[in-house]
Amino acid sequence: MRDPKIPLIPERDHNKSPVLECVGLGIDFGGLTAVDDFNITISPTEICGLIGPNGAGKTTIFNLLTKVYNPTRGSIFLEGKNTKRYNTKDVNKEGIARTFQNIRLFKNLTVLENVLVGLHNEMDYRLFGSIFRLPSYWRSERIARERALELLSIFNMQDIAEHKAGSLPYGSQRRLEIVRALATNPSILLLDEPAAGMNPAETESLMEHIGQIRDTFQIAIFLIEHDMQLVMGVCEGVAVLNYGKLIAKGTPSEIQRDPRVIEAYLGTGGQADA
Amino acid sequence: MKEFRISMPMRYIINSLLLVAFIVAGHLITQSGLLGRAHNANIVSVGIFIILAVSLNLSTGYLGQLPLGHAGFMAIGAYAGAIFWRSGLLPSTASVPAGLLVAGLAAAVVGVIIGIPALRLKGDYLAIITLGFGEIIRVIINNLDSVTGGAGGLHGIPRHSNFLIVYLCVIICCIAIHMLMKSRHGRAILSIRENEIAAESCGINTTYYKVMAFAFSAFFAGIAGALFAGNIGLLVPGEFDFMTSINILMIVVLGGMGSMAGSVIAASILTSLPLFMAALNEYRMIIYALMLIIVMLFKPSGLLGTYDFSLSRLLEKLIRRRIAAKSKVKEGEA
Repeated sequence: MRDPKIPLIPERDHNKSPVLECVGLGIDFGGLTAVDDFNITISPTEICGLIGPNGAGKTTIFNLLTKVYNPTRGSIFLEGKNTKRYNTKDVNKEGIARTFQNIRLFKNLTVLENVLVGLHNEMDYRLFGSIFRLPSYWRSERIARERALELLSIFNMQDIAEHKAGSLPYGSQRRLEIVRALATNPSILLLDEPAAGMNPAETESLMEHIGQIRDTFQIAIFLIEHDMQLVMGVCEGVAVLNYGKLIAKGTPSEIQRDPRVIEAYLGTGGQADA
Repeated sequence: MKEFRISMPMRYIINSLLLVAFIVAGHLITQSGLLGRAHNANIVSVGIFIILAVSLNLSTGYLGQLPLGHAGFMAIGAYAGAIFWRSGLLPSTASVPAGLLVAGLAAAVVGVIIGIPALRLKGDYLAIITLGFGEIIRVIINNLDSVTGGAGGLHGIPRHSNFLIVYLCVIICCIAIHMLMKSRHGRAILSIRENEIAAESCGINTTYYKVMAFAFSAFFAGIAGALFAGNIGLLVPGEFDFMTSINILMIVVLGGMGSMAGSVIAASILTSLPLFMAALNEYRMIIYALMLIIVMLFKPSGLLGTYDFSLSRLLEKLIRRRIAAKSKVKEGEA
């Protein structure tokens, strides 16, 4: 069986340096070790899945990567740079964008404005420019608006650009979060349960979109998902987490056969008998 | 068919013409003495409270925080402006705008100093800490006899605040905040109100924008304070107590948090009420309170909620309706 510490890199990324690397990552909440000795390497255009039973620490890992929590141990390297001194917004500026398990849209803003917030750092005019409406304001806003509509068109959402984000159906809200994350021009996109609450048809089309986003933007995608059909369908590498520890990493087919994974999900035969 | 839209330059022209007309008409009317002194004085204090409410709306309605020390910033601006004007550093024509600017900047600087520690807190904690700061400012002014005149007050402040100056400041304040809010900076401020964690994950420097919005808010409160000083010509620290902060907050809440038009309307109504209800004497406060209770019961989001009035949007709607009606008539003829 593959050692989880040895990275699994898709062939096309073989001679590229990884976009994200976690070494011995861990965090304690008081006496509780939520994540321990987590190692992963993600290459620049890889789609990688993170699975595990409820409470295994998957979202905690996303929160560590985006510095919502500061790790107790270990380091995170983003394109070779240690993110030790970064806070959440720095991490985003350096290239990690994310979505949230419990959707966090700007509900009272329009769909377009949500994406424009994502494009905030792509615009360059200053406070003075906005109050006096200098040419830099008009140019920047026009380019950003066009870019936002272009991004919305990935999910065919450009026609609802003026709707309030909070009024969208659940699936569209999830898709809008992905668009907003893409707007920040990331090199790696973290998706926290993107298919939660979607029906099978929506999940099917989301799978296509995930692949399409990777191909057009040439970015890595790291996703947490419970829908095994989606994980096994789009991911090239899958990492399995249990009780805060990485128990396996491999290709989807390797993971499906791994006895440790089966044990984590279904328990051992002995326990089942008892 | 493409929807009818008024182009941006055209919107600016229409709005500026209307504003100029408003200022000129207001100036002529107040100068002519047609309304009488009581009403003239009321119009000026309405203007001052509009600035206070619109600026507080920036940090409550748009930024989504709950500061309770707005009167403190007003006090700083009032004393800074009054001391500047009394010193007579500049000739009178340049003195008025310079004094207002000094007042605004003084309040903004204090806003940044208070904002950096205070804005680390949220909700009721922020309310209490800003309330504390507001009181500290008042107590300091009260005890700084040599500079501020202490509890006895500061006398002989040149009474600059007439309709023209106050309402020019109202317009500048409203336009500046409007322009700020309809830009990437404004969207960043709104995103903090909506969801701070998501805003940060979008690469927005939330601390910077919180402090910036707070400083902006303090800046215009400072200007309003200086106008207040120039209106009555006498300052006593007691004017800027906790109740004044509450009154301003009440205006914002009544008008609808996040609605500039709401703040303007509520400021006009609440500030004018005492004058129009003078005949009712002591029943006045009961009616005032009842009105607030009724609004909060039937429209908890305030008079206008988060709706903001746009003249151009209204015009567009009317013109579109006309176009639609005309094309229907044509179809009928065909």
